[in-house]
Amino acid sequence: MNYTFELAYKNTFKQANLTALIVLTISLGIAACVITYALIYLMSADPLPTKSARVLHVQLDNWDPNKAAIEPNLPPEQVTWQDATNIVAAKQAKYQAASAITWGMVTPTDKNAAPFLGVMRATHGEFFPMFNVPFLYGQGWQNAEPNEAKYVTVLTKEVNERVFSGENSIGKTLPMLGKIFTVVGVLDDWHPSPKFYDMVYGAFSKPEDLYIPFQIKAELELPHGGITNCWETNLGDSYQGFLNSECTNFELWVEVDELTHFSDYEFYLNSYVQQQKQLGRFARPINNILLDINQWLSYKRVVSKDIYVFFSLALLFLFVCLFNAASLISTKFTASTHEVALRRALGANQQNIFLQSMIEAMILGVLGGVFGLIFSLFGLQGISYLYPNFSTFLTLDLTLISFAFGLSILSSLISALGPIWFLNRTPIAKHLT
Amino acid sequence: MLKMTDVKKVFRTDLVETHALKDFNLQVGEGDFVAVTGPSGSGKTTFLNIAGLLETFDGGTYELDGQDVSNLNDKHRSQLRNEKIGFIFQGFNLIPDLNLFDNVDVPLRYRGFNSAERKKRIENSLEMVGLAQRMKHLPSQLSGGQQQRVAIARALAGEPRFLLADEPTGNLDTKMANSVMELLKTINDAGTTIIMVTHDADLAKQARRNIYVRDGQVSEL
Ligand SMILES: Nc1ncnc2c1ncn2[C@@H]1O[C@H](COP(=O)(O)OP(=O)(O)OP(=O)(O)O)[C@@H](O)[C@H]1O
Ligand SMILES: [Mg+2]
Repeated sequence: MNYTFELAYKNTFKQANLTALIVLTISLGIAACVITYALIYLMSADPLPTKSARVLHVQLDNWDPNKAAIEPNLPPEQVTWQDATNIVAAKQAKYQAASAITWGMVTPTDKNAAPFLGVMRATHGEFFPMFNVPFLYGQGWQNAEPNEAKYVTVLTKEVNERVFSGENSIGKTLPMLGKIFTVVGVLDDWHPSPKFYDMVYGAFSKPEDLYIPFQIKAELELPHGGITNCWETNLGDSYQGFLNSECTNFELWVEVDELTHFSDYEFYLNSYVQQQKQLGRFARPINNILLDINQWLSYKRVVSKDIYVFFSLALLFLFVCLFNAASLISTKFTASTHEVALRRALGANQQNIFLQSMIEAMILGVLGGVFGLIFSLFGLQGISYLYPNFSTFLTLDLTLISFAFGLSILSSLISALGPIWFLNRTPIAKHLT
Repeated sequence: MLKMTDVKKVFRTDLVETHALKDFNLQVGEGDFVAVTGPSGSGKTTFLNIAGLLETFDGGTYELDGQDVSNLNDKHRSQLRNEKIGFIFQGFNLIPDLNLFDNVDVPLRYRGFNSAERKKRIENSLEMVGLAQRMKHLPSQLSGGQQQRVAIARALAGEPRFLLADEPTGNLDTKMANSVMELLKTINDAGTTIIMVTHDADLAKQARRNIYVRDGQVSEL
């Protein structure tokens, strides 16, 4: 066995050019597959693995009685200010938080930190524990009043670097939006990919710079970021008019204690809509949708069909590569038929030769995997360069590395199968004179 | 020792059937030195390949060391080849990128000897053919006669009962041919049974026994 391995290893380097060509051929096919598979795999990764089945996205159908929000009969994907505040206040789940994107000027007192336009997320305090948001310093705020209306803020690590040079800034003040805010928390690095809780700016967009309490948005009449959808024709101009309208602009998420509470929560939402119907809203039949994180990601088709098409094309390309590799391997093996015949005459049995060529094929597979991974890294780097939002998660983890090696070894064995079969049937005497 | 009874060998191609051996009968005793002569295409190589278990046959029986070898599987045949038979070819058949030591080592590796045992055997057999000083040389650095000596050393290292040689001197000039023949005689004197195919009548005469093959059959001389 040792000798067999030794021979296989030496043979790999014997016709080095041919070996290089075979490895290159296999590794290109592998790289194409690994890159496309990596996109699928990484994009469909569970962003909140410990509890994704218990964290639920809420959709209610408050839309035009004569026309669905999304044809043929889907409710809008976000909720109104009224529903957001009502449902969060009802506290029927373990955690609940509505949120929306807004923005405004941040004007640090420190002369060294220039004012900047901050992109903010106005949200309820339970946003942080619900999504397991990591804190470097401090914490968020409580959902309930009066905390919700206090001028408090949570900064991302980047903003804390920029404004407070990365120091523990808890308790410090930060003038913004024309008010003085107090820093209560600083986040650690946090780049959920996909950014499942709000994908209106793209599933792989960056989280916002700062977080402020939900009610502050109304109090300071902050602009409506993200997408606002309305169906009523005569909306008032006033800010309060918007808050009372049927316009949707708010992501609403809740976390239930246990999976079994899912249906309880559905029941609650139905009764909520029923109650609103009595107040003259929700003219359409009840059409709530409650999806857990992964269901929501597939509802939003975060991994687009195109990628599966690309993956199939990559597999096809690998297949073509394998045909080429097979003929190259066949050339390599043909060159060694004389030696094989001689070794057979000197006492090697078919099993020895079979094992030796299998090991050779596997060495080619491992090399194909190594170079395939190197090419994949370049490919993924290229993609990160083209789509900077992807860069936070485009890496090769253990699963992808094993995928590459598994596929590569399998590929080389498949392409070596024919040549190995022929090599094993080499008539001994014919080659020896 | 080696006994073939009515052995037949037919080569079939799309167009023709060649009866390379027809009712081939031969018995070779322990310690014999048999020279095989005969016209080209008469079946000498075919006989030697069958005798050396490199080729199967289509009829008759073949006993090697009292064992019927007609129906052995590949593993068993390979083991017999490895342990009992040494081959010497007209074209030497050394592995060009291995040095002499490693070339002689090949059959011993498949035998499964440990490295000390192999080293001892390789050195002894290269010593015997007079090439112990050149163990680290590559075959291409040797003359034809020397290369054939390496091939003989390789055949002897496993201490086989039989040495099968197909025109071992065919590629050598007379002087070298004679020295190889002397070597073979020494080996035979030490007890190894040798069957040698040759076109050279002078060399054949030096063997203990001569057989003549014609049309795939043996006629004793
Ligand atoms: N692999 C093969 N396929 C078809 N025919 C073969 C094959 N090997 C040998 N033969 C035929 O069998 C016959 C005997 O061949 P063999 O090689 O045994 O002759 P030989 O006595 O060794 O001749 P030479 O002295 O020229 O080496 C020849 O007619 C040859 O053409
Ligand atoms: Mg011949």
